[in-house]
Amino acid sequence: MIDLANLPPVAFEEFRNMIVSAVKAGARLNALFGAVLPKAGAPGSDAKQVTGDLRLFAVLAQDSAGTLNVTSTLVGDAYPALTPDCPQAHWFEREIAEQWGVKPEGHPWLKPIRFHRSYREGRDAWTRSAEIAIQPGVVNFFTMTGDEVHEVSVGPVHAGIIEPGHFRFQCHGEKVYHLEISLGYQHRGVERALVGGPDKRTIPYMETLAGDTTIGYALAYCEAVEALAGCRVPARAQTLRAIALELERLANHTGDIGALAGDVGYLPTANFCGRIRGDFLNMTALICGNRFGRGLVRPGGILFDLDETRRMELSKRLRQAGEDVSNAIELLWEAPSVRSWFDNTGTVSRETALELGLVGVAARASGIERDVRAQFPSGIYRFAHIPVSLYHTGNVFSRAHVRWMEIQRSIAFIFDQLKVLPEGPVRTPTGPLAANCAVVSLTEGWRGEICHVALTDAAGRFAHYKVVDPSFHNWMGLALALRDQQISDFPLCNKSFNLSYCGHDL
Amino acid sequence: MLKALLARAHQKHRTIGFPQQPPVLPDRLRGRPEIDVALCPKDCHVCADVCPTDAISVDEKGLRLDLGRCLFCPECVQACPEGAIRFTTEHRLAASFRDALILGDKEFQLAKALDEKSRKLFGRSLKLRQVSAGGCNGCEADVNVLNTVVFDLGRFGIQFVASPRHADGLLVTGPVTQNMELALRKTYDAVPSPKLVIAVGACAISGGPYIGHSEQRNGVGGIVPVDLLIPGCPPHPITILDGLLRLLGKMDASEGSAAGKSPG
Ligand code: SF4
Repeated sequence: MIDLANLPPVAFEEFRNMIVSAVKAGARLNALFGAVLPKAGAPGSDAKQVTGDLRLFAVLAQDSAGTLNVTSTLVGDAYPALTPDCPQAHWFEREIAEQWGVKPEGHPWLKPIRFHRSYREGRDAWTRSAEIAIQPGVVNFFTMTGDEVHEVSVGPVHAGIIEPGHFRFQCHGEKVYHLEISLGYQHRGVERALVGGPDKRTIPYMETLAGDTTIGYALAYCEAVEALAGCRVPARAQTLRAIALELERLANHTGDIGALAGDVGYLPTANFCGRIRGDFLNMTALICGNRFGRGLVRPGGILFDLDETRRMELSKRLRQAGEDVSNAIELLWEAPSVRSWFDNTGTVSRETALELGLVGVAARASGIERDVRAQFPSGIYRFAHIPVSLYHTGNVFSRAHVRWMEIQRSIAFIFDQLKVLPEGPVRTPTGPLAANCAVVSLTEGWRGEICHVALTDAAGRFAHYKVVDPSFHNWMGLALALRDQQISDFPLCNKSFNLSYCGHDL
Repeated sequence: MLKALLARAHQKHRTIGFPQQPPVLPDRLRGRPEIDVALCPKDCHVCADVCPTDAISVDEKGLRLDLGRCLFCPECVQACPEGAIRFTTEHRLAASFRDALILGDKEFQLAKALDEKSRKLFGRSLKLRQVSAGGCNGCEADVNVLNTVVFDLGRFGIQFVASPRHADGLLVTGPVTQNMELALRKTYDAVPSPKLVIAVGACAISGGPYIGHSEQRNGVGGIVPVDLLIPGCPPHPITILDGLLRLLGKMDASEGSAAGKSPG
């Protein structure tokens, strides 16, 4: 947490140079966003009203040192884009342009990412008319020309029960030369609605940023407000939160491996894992009544305690599910046809992954040691360590294998924690939030790093609340993984990343 | 191959007995809420104040709770000083029309079965196209799970299909974002008539946590006609399955178990 008074905006050149050189030297851009803050010392100013200067904020991480840096600057109607010198800024700058109607000049790929009007009335980075409705997915897609070149367009409504998104493939025969991803169909205006909070909708917003990451998101939020309120969460609650976070990881990783098996037609593992995923979800429901963990994590702690009978029951179920999931997944590795398919599909090199700033499973599967639980630990992870699961081949197999390692480690972690569950209360009152402050909160959700940045006004309300879903960094990774692949392998590649549409679209 | 067979033996038969047998549900499940207005002190509206979606209203006519808006978050229960609101583990929540979801003075009216003609058409084979129109992907996840061996939706003749043109109806989730409105309309139009629409989750019924946002349409009802509403955030898979089976007349009207002996 930093007092905003200690974070004066620096000159734009300094801001830009600092980010570009830090990233070149190995730092990572966790967040880069714009915010219009009420004038300091103007209490009671309406936080939802967006007039005033646009301020850009950047959060940079040194993963190996476990340090974060925050810097900010003021910009006018346009500024020299960072992206040409720092590809990690690519998606962020498109978001800034869309939200605030400023133009990052020289941005090589400046298109909307969510298809909505800018937050500042009358401003538009593309000078689109206010009279004409903005249509999602209507942009100049990158195209390829030549004999026998063809374009394949998929979505927003897909063939399965999945979220909407639009994909454009430029192909020659079966081979994909380029994939462009256009999202925004799930955009429901959450970030903007968070301004002025916390209020009674804040928790439901957090729990539904990405429904499959309810715990991860609620935790990132709660840790942010707890830091702002100077609240110390009881040890028992910290442990139970981590157990819930790992259960969420277990359910999703198991489901993903099952789905990957399904995509190559290996049905035994697909069917077994589909069921075992549910067993993990039901363990979360055992704790709090809801399979996704709704209602569990709240500022100051958790709402549902784990009594002794439940603790025993959870251990019992976890043991059984652990045996079942090993049995199901080991079977998959023994099928040579599966191995060769997984091995030869969707490779992202370590260099590419570093350049794009990939996070989570996708980063670790390209050999990058990057895991919030180890590098920026909070809560019980400061004392109980989970080894970072790494593999180096960057392909579908690698992403599946990292999940499998994480499944085993999460199970071991939960068993350990259940044995040493601290006594005591599970919740404590939070109190008011510090005024005019900025806080960065990181959580390793099952997809990867969830980054929240809260900026408070003079009354301790949210002047701005930034949410960065791991998918925000990783969609571009999927696009590049598809290059030179067979288009028929798209479902498999896509599943191996399993990114969030709603978490991206917000 | 042998290993696959051994694994099959290890994993056992896991399809649940529902609907012939009552479902096994978590004891902390937040199912249909129960309100005991007799306990409410005069002029108290603590529950309405804390409710994130304004699902509760208190006026001269008493307390009303709109299940279509309810997120089944425990806030009202936590806030009530008298214990007048509590969650039961009652999983049956599906209704045929919007008003039925408003709990207050009247008896909760569970979803009715389709008329005989429609049942003839859809009763043995119902193909649905799922449209995800905003929301958090939670409802999608618990609809998808019906396809696993645990619920084995296929045994009831219900199947999710890839094209609206192969479908008898839509199952919609999400508040219908502005950016999905056109896609939803087009998909609806592409389904041959007669067709059904099923709204799953608080978002699809009312907008859920996003009620009132200009980026969405407060649910499916304002865009296309809805035949079945399944509340929850997200609803438990059993609640969804119960709703689908009720629509097809495969559940006893008021009971929790199947009509007749064999499903399908
Ligand atoms: S449980 Fe339902 S009625 Fe009660 S506060 Fe939550 S959303 Fe409102």
